[in-house]
Amino acid sequence: MNPIWLILMVLVPIAGALLVAFGNARNAYRDALFASFASLVPALMALLEFDFTDSASFQGLWSVGWLEPLGLSLSIGVDSIALLLILLSVLLGPICVLASKTAITENRRLYYSWLLVLQAAMVGVFASRDLILFYICFEFTLLPMFVLIRMFGSTNRVAASTKFFLYTFTGSLVTLAGLVYVVYFAAQRNGEWSLDIGVLTTAAAFMSPGEQALVLGAMLAGFAVKVPLFPVHTWLPLAHTEAPTAGSVILAGVLLKLGTYGIYRFAIPMAPVGFVEYAPTIAVLAVIGIIYAGLICWIQDDIKKLVAYSSVSHLGFCVLGLTAVNATGLSGSVLYMLSHGFSTGGLFLMIGFMYERYHTRDMRRVGGLASKMPVWSFFMVFFAMASVGLPGLNGFPSELLCLISAFQADASWVAAGEPGAAGVTLGPWYAIFAGTGMVIAAMYLLIMVGRICFGPLTEPEGHHAHDVLPDDLNLREIITLVPLAAGCLVFGLFPGLLLDAIQEPVNQTVRLVESAQELALPRPGAGPETDAGVLMILDEAGAEGANP
Amino acid sequence: MSEKLALIWPEFLLFMTTCVVMLTGQWPNASVRRLTPWLCAIGLIAAGGASMMAPPGDGLFPGLMGYSKLLTAGIGLMMLPLLVGTVDRKVERLAAEGVPFQPIRSNGAEFYAFFLFSLTGLMLVSSADDLIWLFLALELTSLPTYIMVTISTQGTRSQEAGIKYFFLGALGAAIFLYGFALLYGAAGSTDIPEIAAHFQANGVGSIGLLGILISLVGVAFKVAAVPMHFYTPDVYQGAASPVSAMLAFVPKAAGFLAIFMIAGVAGWGEDGRLPAEVDALLWIMAALTMTVGNVLALLQSSVKRMMAYSSVAHSGYMLVGVLAGPGIAGADAPFWQNGLAAVLFYLLCYGVMNLGVFGVLASLERRGEEADEIDDIRGLCKTVPHLGWVMVICSLSLLGFPPLLGFIGKIGLFTAGVSSNNIPLVLILGLNSAIAAFYYLRLVGAVYFEPASDTGFRASPYGSRHFASLLSAAGVILLLFVGNGLIKSADNASRPDSPTSEAAPPETDYRAGDDLHAGHG
Repeated sequence: MNPIWLILMVLVPIAGALLVAFGNARNAYRDALFASFASLVPALMALLEFDFTDSASFQGLWSVGWLEPLGLSLSIGVDSIALLLILLSVLLGPICVLASKTAITENRRLYYSWLLVLQAAMVGVFASRDLILFYICFEFTLLPMFVLIRMFGSTNRVAASTKFFLYTFTGSLVTLAGLVYVVYFAAQRNGEWSLDIGVLTTAAAFMSPGEQALVLGAMLAGFAVKVPLFPVHTWLPLAHTEAPTAGSVILAGVLLKLGTYGIYRFAIPMAPVGFVEYAPTIAVLAVIGIIYAGLICWIQDDIKKLVAYSSVSHLGFCVLGLTAVNATGLSGSVLYMLSHGFSTGGLFLMIGFMYERYHTRDMRRVGGLASKMPVWSFFMVFFAMASVGLPGLNGFPSELLCLISAFQADASWVAAGEPGAAGVTLGPWYAIFAGTGMVIAAMYLLIMVGRICFGPLTEPEGHHAHDVLPDDLNLREIITLVPLAAGCLVFGLFPGLLLDAIQEPVNQTVRLVESAQELALPRPGAGPETDAGVLMILDEAGAEGANP
Repeated sequence: MSEKLALIWPEFLLFMTTCVVMLTGQWPNASVRRLTPWLCAIGLIAAGGASMMAPPGDGLFPGLMGYSKLLTAGIGLMMLPLLVGTVDRKVERLAAEGVPFQPIRSNGAEFYAFFLFSLTGLMLVSSADDLIWLFLALELTSLPTYIMVTISTQGTRSQEAGIKYFFLGALGAAIFLYGFALLYGAAGSTDIPEIAAHFQANGVGSIGLLGILISLVGVAFKVAAVPMHFYTPDVYQGAASPVSAMLAFVPKAAGFLAIFMIAGVAGWGEDGRLPAEVDALLWIMAALTMTVGNVLALLQSSVKRMMAYSSVAHSGYMLVGVLAGPGIAGADAPFWQNGLAAVLFYLLCYGVMNLGVFGVLASLERRGEEADEIDDIRGLCKTVPHLGWVMVICSLSLLGFPPLLGFIGKIGLFTAGVSSNNIPLVLILGLNSAIAAFYYLRLVGAVYFEPASDTGFRASPYGSRHFASLLSAAGVILLLFVGNGLIKSADNASRPDSPTSEAAPPETDYRAGDDLHAGHG
């Protein structure tokens, strides 16, 4: 794969942002739409050129030095997981722009340029092969999102944006300390300062379990806030509720995944032994999040807050899959990262379209819309079902895999020598409790759909028709929804498409964790030759990411 | 002796400029008076050029001089346009109306001369290889600033600030002079490399240790570190913004160079750590300085006071680098291990980005009064967009937001801290950056998001101040791309002359193998 496509996916939105920022305010929407569609071209090229038969190795590698004394370089490259997440981010671009046409009427230039900058930053996060470059992009996503919430959010936007920024920024600084420690360790081990993620991953597995636990804690400080994991989830409902529609879509679709992606890409491979040791604790938090956030959803009258809390609940499954540290769990989790954005993003769009017409999110003041907005209600029910985890739609396979993985990470399964189990981390109880989360999800989402779509039509007092928009969805709005709905359907019916693509990198991560376990707890009789074997596996895992 | 004189050519050049400036600053002819800042600029450029050609020194850190003097000249040059229009406005206005110029009523000559004197002092600190020299140089850095603070505005606040600054400064000087005396008592010499060699050979001893600790506490005044930080908010607020910008950099840089030397006397041992007591003192000082500075900055509504406390906090960050020292591998340590290099580079970053914030304040006026309260800068991105954006960029950089300059500087401190095994301190540094995010975000929020509040502040008629602010914002971004050479020279600058520098006799040829100036271009 030619690295130029990755570079273009960053540069095109940035160029678009500049065009919008310094162009005519009246053309802002049109230019932004053009730029976001234009970045689909390199995305498509990358997808076509990517060699999926060798999906675990990093492709499109490219590197250029930057501030060499610090070891910084601009180096990029993707495996299939990173590529798919990038494609998701790029796909959401035009959808977000289209969805904002009538919602954003003031400061359009600012709005669209920051939206495009955000897209570029997200691509940067997934494409980085340099640790500090990753961190820079990871942190930089905060700024556009902060501006979007702060300037274009609803009433409580100042508090929401500040809380969002401070929560995530604070966590990330601790993460930085952890990452720097890994770099330091690798530098001591290899005698060479390198920020290459592949090199670091190889070296990090040799940290003592104690060090790994500390590094893991530091990393989780940032990543868990981003996911968000109970009990550091409190910023999310506020940010989601106050953000403009497109902001919520991106937040749910991609930004939350930065946390789980961080765990998958850094916490697990760089602190494998520590992660396996503390996986039960993390899983408990995830399960608490699933149930607790689900129960909160149940009593919400604010429909956007309801969907926001449902995100917390759903991401709990994603983390649960990661903590199982087996092939099933990791693939389920990665699948969830990819597909959750479709259903929840769709729900946020639906709420945004309704809000534009009724200027309320309160289900006590608006309801029974099926009679007035049949098309809207159709999509609402569709995305709600996808979110519930109805078989045949996208939520189901990933949630199922995450739950199965919890069973598989049980002692009896591991002892039986079944494949794909890296260690005893969870057990049936985790799956049983997390499973109740699915039941709760069904309840609150069905209640929501029942109140908002069915029953007698309720409209806020003094409601009058929108100046521009028709009562039901117009063609532009339907066009924004169709790709998401199609995604839900395709990934629900044929999850194999994605699972095949991510299988190799996931298996490699599991192998890496296994060999790191052996390294940390050598079996009796294992001598230096085991060490050498382990080294080989680790090198293989790391070398493919290493820059030529 | 003549060899030593060759080392201080930049200082000579600045001193000669000072003499000229003293005259032109009170010349009866207004057009000559207006030349004064330009003359200062020429002097600074000449000094900067000379510092690039100067041979390495013979102190503990032979390379330190070249980098520090270039830094001094560079930041001084950036500050200069900001200083224009600080004093003598009334005198000049009257002169323009035809009233004969009265030198006795004018402060222009002193103001620029003292500015250059202070920079000369800073340069001399970097060439110090003797305790007495160090003391005199530190005082030469500070004494002019006391007067600059006092004459910077017509208000009584400046006078109060000047008096406060002077007396507390004198207290600080007395403390570290006492420490120096104890060092002399312990080692029997005032020559810094000799003291270091003595301590290396015979151990530091209790008197020597006391001397080092007391000196460090005294010098803490210069860098505004806890427990000697009390004066900062009052003085920064009382002085005119251009002078506050200078106070935040010049004495701080001098202080850190002095701290390098004092800590270097104690020596970073084989394990890369300072002697336990010194280590403990600096550790506590660093942790307290960061935390106190940031927490108190949270509570301020005056931008200048906020920046004063942030200046305290930044000193705390840099102390982390001092603790890390030149790295375990000594002269071979790479940049990321080298805490001193990180400090030197951070000084540069801080000097550049801090200037922007004060520059914005100085570029906003209401009947000759400068902006100070956060209300005064609300909505600046709409009313005076270029100043607003400078504020946004510099605040984000001070906050350490990637990928701006402040972040790159902080990465150096992070890596040095981690590789010297000061992980708890690095975590404190990280958390403090998060606290700092809160008040820097308030600045960003006020200028970028909030509607303009008409407090009557308008863009200053002095275009050079706007230029200085823009220069600083440009620096924050451009140094990201051309910072390589500067990082390298900061790295070279902080090398002890050899792994066993302390024991090396003064005759060693320090020039060998020193490629300090390679990266300056």
